Amino acid sequence: MSDLYVARARNVAARMIGGEMMIMSGRDSSLFSLNATASILWEAADGVTPLAQIVEGRIVGAFDIDRESALKDAEEVVRGLADHGILRLSETPIDP
Amino acid sequence: MKSLMHEMGNRALELGIPLGVQLDLTYRCNERCVHCYLDHEDHGEMTTAEIVGLLRQLADAGVFFLTLSGGEIFMRPDFFEILEEARRLTFSVKLKTNAVMVRPARARRIAQLGVESVQISVYSHKEETHDAITKLPGSLRRTLEGARMLRDEGVKVSFANVLMKHNSGDYPEVKALAESLGIEYKCDATITPMMDGDRAVLALNVDGDTLARIYRDDAMVGNAGEYCAPPSGPMDEQDALHSLPCSAGHSAAYISPYGEVYPCVQFPMPCGNVREQRFVDIWRHSPQLADVRSIRVADVQGCSSCVHGGSCSRCPGLAYTEGNMRGPSTQDCERSYARTGVPSKNLLERRAPPVTGGRQVFWMVATQQPVK
Repeated sequence: MSDLYVARARNVAARMIGGEMMIMSGRDSSLFSLNATASILWEAADGVTPLAQIVEGRIVGAFDIDRESALKDAEEVVRGLADHGILRLSETPIDP
Repeated sequence: MKSLMHEMGNRALELGIPLGVQLDLTYRCNERCVHCYLDHEDHGEMTTAEIVGLLRQLADAGVFFLTLSGGEIFMRPDFFEILEEARRLTFSVKLKTNAVMVRPARARRIAQLGVESVQISVYSHKEETHDAITKLPGSLRRTLEGARMLRDEGVKVSFANVLMKHNSGDYPEVKALAESLGIEYKCDATITPMMDGDRAVLALNVDGDTLARIYRDDAMVGNAGEYCAPPSGPMDEQDALHSLPCSAGHSAAYISPYGEVYPCVQFPMPCGNVREQRFVDIWRHSPQLADVRSIRVADVQGCSSCVHGGSCSRCPGLAYTEGNMRGPSTQDCERSYARTGVPSKNLLERRAPPVTGGRQVFWMVATQQPVK
């Protein structure tokens, strides 16, 4: 199991608009639109549930994908979102 | 290529989502600006609990951009309680303030809460002019202190420089002051009628010649040649059948401290009250909002065939305050005239061509329009 934890950044704005999660980065006001998988990860990013558990519980069954591939993809997504200041990542639980 | 922001706006329009809402928390204010359109008495503002409940309704309705304004927002002792809830609900929050009451701890808290931006009213670089407009001695000094505190905490700050007769010559210095502070500068020469319809305050508007000079200042408008180019003619007929006058009531709304819902802060048409109905029910079912939404550019009397039709910034709210939201906004006609030197159809119909030639004549026509 991955030890990666994810939490939503504190300074972002976010809203589901017409079924699409829209996120504005507080760092530079850049706007992002998350796809279905990224939206699930965003919603579940509570800082205390390991990414592997989120993937297992909310991605694997819903998207008919094997756990290893799903976790690899999810790590790539959350690292990308962290680079944009939308998510925080840590190897230990994060204070939300 | 269309931006994601543009796409989000279009999606909100298609789906009827109120993407942006301005919520005035209070009309009370520590300043008494000569041009202000508000009654500063408290006639029963919403309580903290009412506002918190409203914020949750707004989030559920899909509001993304939330502007908290007033009056002066810091007149409410529960301001940070409200702001904390707004940010917990992940709105993109913009604040409008005079910043007189911003102190270091407040600036720090605003930064910590991830406020998108703070817009601060600055009327002049000169204390005597600014303070004469706000009628609060020492206000410019304290406003600039507040602006610096916010900036130093990393908050995005902008100066809103409303131009009127008192300060119309000061804008280059205010702009330079903003630039020296690393602060964005915005200028607006629109004085709006009082919320109760009183139009006497419009006498403070800058005259047409001054406005024309400002519009020809590259530093203000970018490329004055392009900005002041002759009008491109009426909007294409087919486009006019489908084009909306603006986003008011379509993807934007305004809510007063008393819970009244309007299409826009500049469009004082009462559409319901959140103390009596849920916001989403007003938004979806208000007959007044339905009426506003039914208007297309082709329906606007006198404007759809005007030479300025393709480039006019007509405000339906200002038209409403003149008595007809399906009619022209004379203030915007005056702007178009000051910008291009070509009178709008509305101005031509209101008066025979000026004998003494010039903008001043049309301007005087505009400021003497009857109250609705």
